[in-house]
This record gives sequence, structure tokens and C-alpha cells, in this order.
Amino acid sequence: MDTLVAALRSFLPGDSVITDPVRLRTYECDGLTYHRATPGVVVLPGTAEQVARVVRLCNEHGVPFVARGSGTGLSGGALPREDGVLIVTSKMRAILEIDLPNRRAVVEPGVTNLAITEAVRDRGYYYAPDPSSQQVCSIGGNVAENSGGAHCLKYGFTVNHVEACEIVTPDGDLVTLDRMDPGYDLLGAFIGSEGTLGIATRITVRLCRAPEAVTTVLAAFESIEQGGQAVSAIIGAGIVPAAIEMMDALAIEAAEAAVACSYPEGAGAVLIVELDGPAEEVARQFARLQEICANAFELRVAADPAERAAIWKGRKSAFAAVGRISPAYIVQDGVVPRTSLPAVLAAIDRLSAQHGIRVANVFHAGDGNLHPLVLFDDEEPGAGERAEVVSGAILDLCIEHGGSITGEHGVGVDKSRYMPKMFSADDLDTMQLVRCAFDPRGLANPGKVFPTPRLCGEVPGVRKGVHPLVESGKAEQF
Amino acid sequence: MIEGVTVRQAGAGDAVRGVLPRWVALPETVEEIAAVLRACAERDLAVVPAGGGTKLHWGPPPERCDVLLDLCCMNEILEHAAGDLVVRAQAGVTMDALAGTLADKGQELALDVPFSEGTTVGGTLATALPGPRSFRYGTARDLLIGITVVLPDGTIARSGGKVVKNVAGYDLGKLFTGSYGTLGVIAEATFRLHPLPADRRWVVAGLDRAEAAPAAAALAASQTEPSAIEVDWPDPAGPLTLAVLVEGTTAEARAAALRELTGGAVTRERPSWWGLIEGDEVLAEARFLPADAGAVLDEVAATGLALRGSLAAGRVLLTPCRDLAEDELAAAVARLRERARVHVLAAPYDGLDRWGQVSGLPLMRRVKERFDPGRRMSPGRFVGGI
Ligand SMILES: Cc1cc2nc3c(=O)[nH]c(=O)nc-3n(C[C@H](O)[C@H](O)[C@H](O)COP(=O)(O)OP(=O)(O)OC[C@H]3O[C@@H](n4cnc5c(N)ncnc54)[C@H](O)[C@@H]3O)c2cc1C
Ligand SMILES: Cc1cc2nc3c(=O)[nH]c(=O)nc-3n(C[C@H](O)[C@H](O)[C@H](O)COP(=O)(O)OP(=O)(O)OC[C@H]3O[C@@H](n4cnc5c(N)ncnc54)[C@H](O)[C@@H]3O)c2cc1C
Repeated sequence: MDTLVAALRSFLPGDSVITDPVRLRTYECDGLTYHRATPGVVVLPGTAEQVARVVRLCNEHGVPFVARGSGTGLSGGALPREDGVLIVTSKMRAILEIDLPNRRAVVEPGVTNLAITEAVRDRGYYYAPDPSSQQVCSIGGNVAENSGGAHCLKYGFTVNHVEACEIVTPDGDLVTLDRMDPGYDLLGAFIGSEGTLGIATRITVRLCRAPEAVTTVLAAFESIEQGGQAVSAIIGAGIVPAAIEMMDALAIEAAEAAVACSYPEGAGAVLIVELDGPAEEVARQFARLQEICANAFELRVAADPAERAAIWKGRKSAFAAVGRISPAYIVQDGVVPRTSLPAVLAAIDRLSAQHGIRVANVFHAGDGNLHPLVLFDDEEPGAGERAEVVSGAILDLCIEHGGSITGEHGVGVDKSRYMPKMFSADDLDTMQLVRCAFDPRGLANPGKVFPTPRLCGEVPGVRKGVHPLVESGKAEQF
Repeated sequence: MIEGVTVRQAGAGDAVRGVLPRWVALPETVEEIAAVLRACAERDLAVVPAGGGTKLHWGPPPERCDVLLDLCCMNEILEHAAGDLVVRAQAGVTMDALAGTLADKGQELALDVPFSEGTTVGGTLATALPGPRSFRYGTARDLLIGITVVLPDGTIARSGGKVVKNVAGYDLGKLFTGSYGTLGVIAEATFRLHPLPADRRWVVAGLDRAEAAPAAAALAASQTEPSAIEVDWPDPAGPLTLAVLVEGTTAEARAAALRELTGGAVTRERPSWWGLIEGDEVLAEARFLPADAGAVLDEVAATGLALRGSLAAGRVLLTPCRDLAEDELAAAVARLRERARVHVLAAPYDGLDRWGQVSGLPLMRRVKERFDPGRRMSPGRFVGGI
């Protein structure tokens, strides 16, 4: 490590190589604070060429590296390695080009998601994927996680909005992956690979034209079942809203306590539906929506941007808000087919009762993406373990119903052990072929996404114990 | 030869660009595909997958081909979860059959595949051409949410699933979409669907070359949410036709608003040329930045190529509108490459540079080596001779 650090200092400015133990600790975890590790060294490169040099040095020294954007990830994807280099993109925050005639922008990876929209909003454009963390999270992190947001029901995820990426491959080469190029869709494979196939150093995103009209509706229902039925009816009517979000009574209580969002009192569930598009189309859809939500006991329509913000306020604060009603909690992220929502919610209810653990449900209802907040008191002996059990059982439910163990927060370190429940050994081995093509030495963010996979070059077969090459220190397992 | 799998001797009609396979295998299940590929691996036989067989002449001839793997018997629609707007189908299902089933429930796969009778799900994915409405809905890779593939060694692998939102693991679907049969066989696919639009209108206008690019740009910047903006230019000596599609309950009113930008007429009729170039003995795709559309048209004007596609999305298909010799075609492509990425999808010539410069090519070769170390899947048929 010492020779590596000296080499890093030879081309990076002094304040861009961090070895001071106190400062290193700032980087010991991402948004999932449960997993921590102090990085061997932290570098803050300012250019793609510098990132490439860092990665080449890692190769020369056989040292693993982990990329980090803003560290808001919720699956431990940016968890550093004690024996490795953490490459932080926070000095790469330039918006390089705004090209409205081509509806695209070219940005450095450290640029925040919201900064792109802010740069083009007054000209009537925006960047569509809108994770709730958009004020802080970086585009590089979004690319790595294929992040979505409340509006991805209509507009899709990061992968649908990135036109090209310049990447530093795990070998340290600068390569551009572009949707315009013929050949394999390596850009599509790279997006969502959680930093295990290289580091994005320059990202070309698509900009969308701002919709002519936006109508935001808050519908309050007596029960979560009624809310769920309304969701199915909206989709069944052929309407594709920009967003359909739902919160249950416990989540509403938490939001109320935190931000006084004044949602209708006594609601068993609230639904936030946002329609956007051409004005006539939105007006027609809204009329239909009113019919569908006839059994809602209150239907509130935002008359202006301030009222819209008020409706969204409760939903956007939901995660942080549960802190008001519970000392500790786990944020889960799983997906079920939309039609399974009622059955899965009922099953979560039963799990909650059975283990004496409260669960607040907040979710992207339109695409079946659940974010159950599993509440517990960390002072109470055994409560944390019970919460873990409930949280894990929710993922099992998602898999049983043909869904996914993660809709947007990624696998990271947190869920790699669930991957074999969702995928067969052959599925995972096949994904490893991609990994081995990009990163034969296994240096890019090792230990994430996949549960202890085989070494590149090893023939598929039965796996037992530690690989002899690893045991003898001749190879790294990733 | 392989237990339970129908295999027949190949005949002259089974040749892939002149290369005659020895056998044609007709598997009926994913397991049978795997059995065929395993058997081929054991005997070092080269395989070319075939869907409807409508585009087997695209790309260079395979370096070798022992077995044509015909997926026509993999023709079952496995699950249409209408409430979830999701469908799962085997690779040999024709796009026509799929559209019929989906339409029964008022839904569609928003891909606009022409000649849908002969075209299969697998062939559509393996070639992955964008259609008119990709302007709004994206291309095959954006609508594919899960895939089952069989690797050259017979391994069956799955990625994605049947939910639209899913970030668990690598997305093998992206990798196999547009892979032209060179990584393995697509066996099943799951797509996200859209409700069939309540109503639709086209605005159709005739324009001069110089007017086309600015008109397309104005349409793309409008807030009326057009689903597609296409041009047809059958002869570079003549004028162009521009057509815009609007979908939804208020299509009529929005089309009227768009007509203000382009002139022309509003119609319920799909233009006869919409989303389709029929002659494909020579066919090329050009992709470019929308702002370069005018310059691309200027180049095309001098080439003897007919053009159809989207200036607003920056992708068009080109085909000769008169006899073009090999060197003329090569010169036209080279000229266009100053302004666009050009991929020659089909041409009966072997000296032609079909792909041009591709920055990711070394990585693509490495992916190919990992998936198909024996170079037995459609060897030589894709970018850089992969
Ligand atoms: C309050 C809160 C709300 C959230 N809401 C949402 C939401 O609505 N939707 C959603 O999808 N997510 C959400 N997230 C999760 C998180 O914000 C996203 O995953 C985000 O994309 C992470 O970006 P980041 O810059 O913080 O990445 P980091 O946490 O720094 O890193 C995330 C992963 O990306 C890799 N990485 C970072 N930069 C690069 C790069 N340049 N090249 C390659 N790999 C890189 C890292 O190695 C790591 O694996 C939320 C998080 C919080 C804390
Ligand atoms: C939106 C759109 C627009 C189009 N527009 C046009 C147009 O204007 N003009 C035009 O000529 N064509 C166009 N096409 C292409 C056309 O529709 C093709 O016929 C189709 O894509 C090929 O289908 P097929 O089943 O006949 O495949 P085949 O001809 O059988 O195969 C085509 C290629 O895919 C491979 N392949 C087939 N099945 C599989 C599989 N299961 N696994 C792996 N590889 C496989 C084959 O080896 C071959 O390389 C368009 C396609 C789309 C999707």
C-alpha cells in the first residue's frame, strides 16, 4: 500500500490523496450505515485520465478499487476495502455540455442528479429519472445502480436515459460505450452493474421536454385494499400516470409527525397520482381518474406548484420520518407484480403480527416496488434480530410472487446472499462471464452483487470450501 | 442424433448466405435447445440460430455452419399477465401471433415490427432494429424485462424477471438484444406492454429537403407528446414526406395543433411506407445526432440511396434507389460516416466495411470469447467479424 500511495501522490495533488485515519473514516460507509470498513486510501481524481491512472496503478499492485459518488447508496455498494483504493468522484462535478438541439447533456460523474434538471429547467427541459435522493446523489452512482424515481412508471430508469458513457475499464483503459455504435449493448450491461465493470467518467444523458400540464392528486381511502384496487383500475383503464405512490396508515402517521403534511385524517391509505403530458390528454385522464377513485373519501387536487409540493412532501419525507415513531428501522426494497400487491401486503401484515414488529408501507405502487420500513427498538433485546427476520421474509415473499429482491437500491453487499434465491447457479455463472470479460482480475468493487463467485478461468462445477489459489494467497476471489 | 429432438438433413434452401449446414434441428423446449447445443459442443459443430428466417442473409456469411437451429417450434405464449402489463413468450412465437393475443386484452408490445407474420420474438431481439415509436417507447432493449438464453455449451441462464422494475444482477437481456446469434440462443423473453392507444392520428406533409430537418426538430420540441416522427425519401432527387403520429384519447386535437407546425393533412390512415423498407438486399442503418439531420440529408442526396426513418430520433434506414455497384456503395457509406454511424445490415458484398469504427470493440471481443470460446455461434457474422 505504501508504494501505491507514493505513486498516487506523484500525479495527484496533495489534497486528493487521503491517508489520514480520521479523514478516512468519513468514507467508511454509504447510506447503509450498518456495514463499515475504513478504506486503505481515498483518492479524489479531477479528470478521467487521473481515474484511469489510478486504476492502472491498482492493476500493477493487484489492489482492489471501489468507486464512490455521493455515498447515498442503500445497499453498501460503495463500502470500501481496507486493502483497497476508494475512488471518489466528488471533484468531477462539471456539466460539460448542454445541447438542447440534441436534447442531451454531457456531465462528469460527480454531478448531482438534480443539478442537471436545474441547469435546463428554465429552458423547458429536465432530466427524467428522479430518485428521492436527487439533491445529493451523483449521476455516476445513478448509472451504477440504474436508479429510478417516482416518475419511472411512465419515463423509465437511468438505463433508458443514458446515451453514452465514457468508462475506465478495470484494466485502466478509457473506452466510450455509445448507444449509437453497432455491436453488443455493453452500455446497457454496464448500467446497473454497481461499479463492478469499471468506473463511469463522463456520461451523456437524454433531456426530456417538460410536460405541458401536470395534475397531482391525493386520494384518501379507508383501507389499503381500496387503495390497491384503485391502482389496478387506473392501469386497467389504459392510463399510464407519471407516478402512482401509496402510503399506509403507519407511514402517514410518521410523515404527519415529522412534516405535518396534513393528509386527510383517518386514512387507511393515501394514493398520490401524478398525470402529465399534453393539457387535453391530462384533463381527460383526470376525469377518468375521478370516476375510478369514486370510493375515496377525499380527493385533493393540487391547484398550483405549492400545493403539489405539499402533497409530495409527506411521501418524500417518509423514510426519514419513521425516525419520529421508531428508534430504529430497516428500509427494505423489493418488487412484486402489481397484481400481487394485495396478497403480499396481507402477508406482510401477518409477518408483522407474528413477530411483533411494526411495518410501515411506502411504495411505488404503479410498478409494484415496495419499500416496507421495518420498525424496531434497538434497546429492546432481540428486536433487531426479529426485524431482520421480517425484513428477509419480505424478500422471500417477493421472490415467491415472481418479483425481485431489489427494484432500485441495488444488491451491493447487503443482498448478495439473496441472489442464489432469485437466480440459479447457472444464471449467476453466466453473469460472471460478463464480469470476467470486463474484469478478469476481479479488482473492480469485489465482494459486491455476487455471493463469492468462482474465479475467472475456472471451469464450472461443484464448489467446495475456499479456492486453493485464494488460500495460498495467489489469487483474489471476487 | 440427439434424444427426443427433431433433426433433419439440411437442403439447399437452408443455406445461410451460401453456407450450407449439414443438419437442421427443431427443438421444442428450452431443454431441447440445451441438448442440441451440448451435442454440438461435444462435436465442435458450428450453429446458426434461425427465427422466421426472414433476415438470415443479413451480415456476412458464417465462417462455418454445421447446424441451423430453427426455433419455429418454440411457439408458445407462456404467460400474458394483463393486469401487470407483462407477457412472456418463447423465441419462436411470431410477432403477429403475439400482437393478436395482446390485442384481445387491449394491449400491445410497442415495437412496430414490420412483416410481423414471418418475424419471431427471437429474431426481433437478435436484430433489435428501432421502429417509428422508439422515439417515445424506446427500442427492444428498453421493453425487454427478462430473458432466458442458452449458451453455446448448453447452459440455460435467465436474467431479469417479470417485473418492470428490477436491478438484481447483470442484465443479460441487454447483452443478447442485438447480438445477431453470436453469443448464444435466445429461448424465451418477457416484455413490458402498453395499453393500445384509445385513438391515433397521423399528420402527413410533403416537404423540400431543406425544410425537413427544422420541421422534425420543431416537432420533437413540442409538448404534444408525439409518438413518432418519420420521414420517407424514396428518391433523393425528389421531395420528402414527413409524418407524425399522435396517440391517446385526444389525438385529433393534438394532431391539429401539430399541423400548425408542419402543414399537410391529418389522417387516421397509417401511411403505406410507415416504418418499413421492403427491399433489403442492400440495407444500411445510420444513427446521428438530430442536429446533424440536415447535413445527413445533404450527404444522402449525393449517394443514390433512399431513406426512411426518424430525423428527430437520429436514425434512418437506407437502401439503394437505383443499381449501386459495390464500390459506389462503399463510397456512399464512407461519405455518410463523416456525419453518422453507419451499420451496413445487409449487402451481398464481402469486401465492405460493415461497421466502421466501434470504440467498445476490444471489450466486445472479450465478451464473445467468454460466452463462446469455441467460436461456434454464428462465427464471423457480427461487428468486427466476431
Ligand atoms: C434518502 C434516500 C432516498 C433514496 N431514494 C432513492 C430512489 O428514490 N430511487 C433510487 O433508485 N435510489 C434511491 N436511493 C439510493 C441512492 O441514492 C441511489 O442508489 C444513488 O444512485 C446512489 O448515488 P451515489 O452517488 O450516492 O452513489 P454511491 O452510494 O456513492 O455509490 C453507489 C454505487 O455506485 C458505484 N459508483 C459510484 N460512482 C460510480 C461511477 N462513477 N462509476 C461506476 N460506479 C460508481 C459505487 O461503487 C456503488 O456501488 C435513496 C437513498 C437515500 C439515502
Ligand atoms: C422495429 C423494427 C423495425 C424493422 N424495420 C425493418 C425494415 O424497415 N426493413 C427490414 O428489412 N427489416 C426491418 N426489421 C427487421 C425485421 O423485422 C426482421 O425480419 C426481424 O427482426 C428478424 O426476424 P426473424 O424471426 O425472421 O429472424 P431471422 O431472420 O431468423 O434471424 C435474424 C438474425 O437473428 C438471429 N436469431 C434469430 N433468432 C434467434 C434466437 N432465438 N436467438 C439468437 N439469435 C437469433 C439469426 O441468427 C439472424 O442473425 C425491423 C425490425 C424491427 C424490430
